[in-house]
Amino acid sequence: MATKEFTIPEIQEYIEVPDAPIPDATAHLSPFIAKPMHQEALGFPVEVSDDWKEQTLDAMGDLLGKYRGLRVFMDICVKCGACTDKCHYYIGTADPKNMPVARQDLLRRVYRRYFTFAGKFWGALGMPGFVGAADLKRDMLDEMYSYYHQCSECRRCSVFCPYGIDTAEITMAAREILARVGIGQKYDNEIIAKVYTIGNNLGLPERALEDTLEGLEEDLEDETGVAVKLPLNVKGADILLITPSADFFAEPHVDGLMGYAKVFHEAGVSWTLSSSASEAANFGMFIGSYENMRKISLRIREAALELGVKRIIFGECGHAWRVAYSFLNTLAGPFDFLDQNYPIPQHILEFTLGEIEKGTLNIDKSLNDDMVLTFHDSCNVARASRMGDKPGGQFTIPRAVIKAVCNNYVDMDPDTIYEKTFCCGGGGGLLTDDLLELRIKGGLPRMTALQTVTQEYGVTHMAAICAICKSQFTKILPYYGFDMDQIVSVHQLVSSALILTGQVDEDDDTESGEEAA
Amino acid sequence: MAIEIDGKSYETDEEGYLADITQWVPGVADVMSKEDDLELTEEHWDIINFLREYYEEYQIAPAVRVLTKAVSKRLGKEKGNSKYLYGLFPYGPGKQACRYAGLPKPTGCV
Repeated sequence: MATKEFTIPEIQEYIEVPDAPIPDATAHLSPFIAKPMHQEALGFPVEVSDDWKEQTLDAMGDLLGKYRGLRVFMDICVKCGACTDKCHYYIGTADPKNMPVARQDLLRRVYRRYFTFAGKFWGALGMPGFVGAADLKRDMLDEMYSYYHQCSECRRCSVFCPYGIDTAEITMAAREILARVGIGQKYDNEIIAKVYTIGNNLGLPERALEDTLEGLEEDLEDETGVAVKLPLNVKGADILLITPSADFFAEPHVDGLMGYAKVFHEAGVSWTLSSSASEAANFGMFIGSYENMRKISLRIREAALELGVKRIIFGECGHAWRVAYSFLNTLAGPFDFLDQNYPIPQHILEFTLGEIEKGTLNIDKSLNDDMVLTFHDSCNVARASRMGDKPGGQFTIPRAVIKAVCNNYVDMDPDTIYEKTFCCGGGGGLLTDDLLELRIKGGLPRMTALQTVTQEYGVTHMAAICAICKSQFTKILPYYGFDMDQIVSVHQLVSSALILTGQVDEDDDTESGEEAA
Repeated sequence: MAIEIDGKSYETDEEGYLADITQWVPGVADVMSKEDDLELTEEHWDIINFLREYYEEYQIAPAVRVLTKAVSKRLGKEKGNSKYLYGLFPYGPGKQACRYAGLPKPTGCV
């Protein structure tokens, strides 16, 4: 496979904003376009038709009518420039269109031309540029397709915008408009189509899932001597675990999944996975499609009803937690059939911290002494959700869990964590090899912050609670001189430090302690 | 796009994966690896064959852990880890090896 040559950015002492923008530096980056079959599965046209212009404006008008916020964001930007140096993709690529305001303007100029009085007036006189408007041309759609797939919808720029313009909303709207005109993104749409036909992003059929889970149970029993179960489709279980399918498939994700299973086991709760909702991820959000987001969410409701569970807990997945925490009740509620004494839904970290605080888990922190940890806040958890019952719980709970199971922990540069966290570089539906250049370059700020704590505090590993972050870092760490396995799951750390009741060491020959709890 | 083996053309998608898995012949892996400047050894073939067997049974590529476990059983514990697999397939066993084996690309957050 031929890929265009590009230079891996060099890590500097500090996160450096490019000295000067390089126009069109990444204008060549454009992910593969969705195939007709994937467009069709999502209810989008299979190709661009002759009346693309009317379709674009119709779609835009529809979204402007539905989402008041979008219209406000289109109107309210005063070009103050506060966002310009906040985007990881701008820092990594130096392409001025990756300044959030410039990227927004690709849509805003069309909005101004066709949806504002000033734009219509000057447009009619042939001078739309006078008010920052532009006549819609076909190649503008391609440009939008390129640059709206150079935004990971991470919303870091929004933290700094004095008007609170939500860049992700604009990117989502642009992607939705493009998909409605027949220009969908292959990676996202192919995945959503798999969720509809098979039940998860991976396309992991029930039988393969069963086999994979059985294998993990074997491994857990081999390692601990305790029969820790990973139940599937168990009717009447108390808890339904919804987790990203990457947890079944990839590393270090699977180590996290085994961690959840061990925590549930020790807590003595009954839980189950569902083969029909074997996916936490909801790429409907990435493509801005309310209908698809809703359809994907409804699977969770149906699975919960079918299995008769009382609680829903989400595994380590960033954007899934945003959808779950912020939108699930609207999309798939009401959840009046669940036990109202627990958060609906609950994050696995809230559950684990609760067990740690109750003292049900036998933790030996020294088992993680071979590592010095830091934590990467995932954007959708950090800036679009919360955890627990206190403000900022989404920051403090993951750290509290890590510190409860590890002796060595340090935070990265305060400008790169909490609500100011930098995207891993692969979020928002961009975790695809056709955007590898963007992913590597967009990872620069995080890699810089990691390098600093590595040098100053001897950090050896970075923990994360998002499947995309974990896969992205596994891929890009080596490009920056790190090892791919320096990224770990938070529940992997929990798992390493957790001593199960009746646990026997793998290398321990003695048969005592076999009696499981 | 397409690759050519013994004068016969095999269609691939834009990412270089074989369009029709049923068309696969060992030459596919040979041609693809040559393009990547990678020489296939018996160890590579062991993985490729396992991927094909697993796919035939489960209609999906095996999870990394399933793969490392199988390797561990066949070739010994010291090889049953992803470092060994990445050593053989630098672009990742899940993607590069699957491509050589004619399997569709694993999708999702992986």
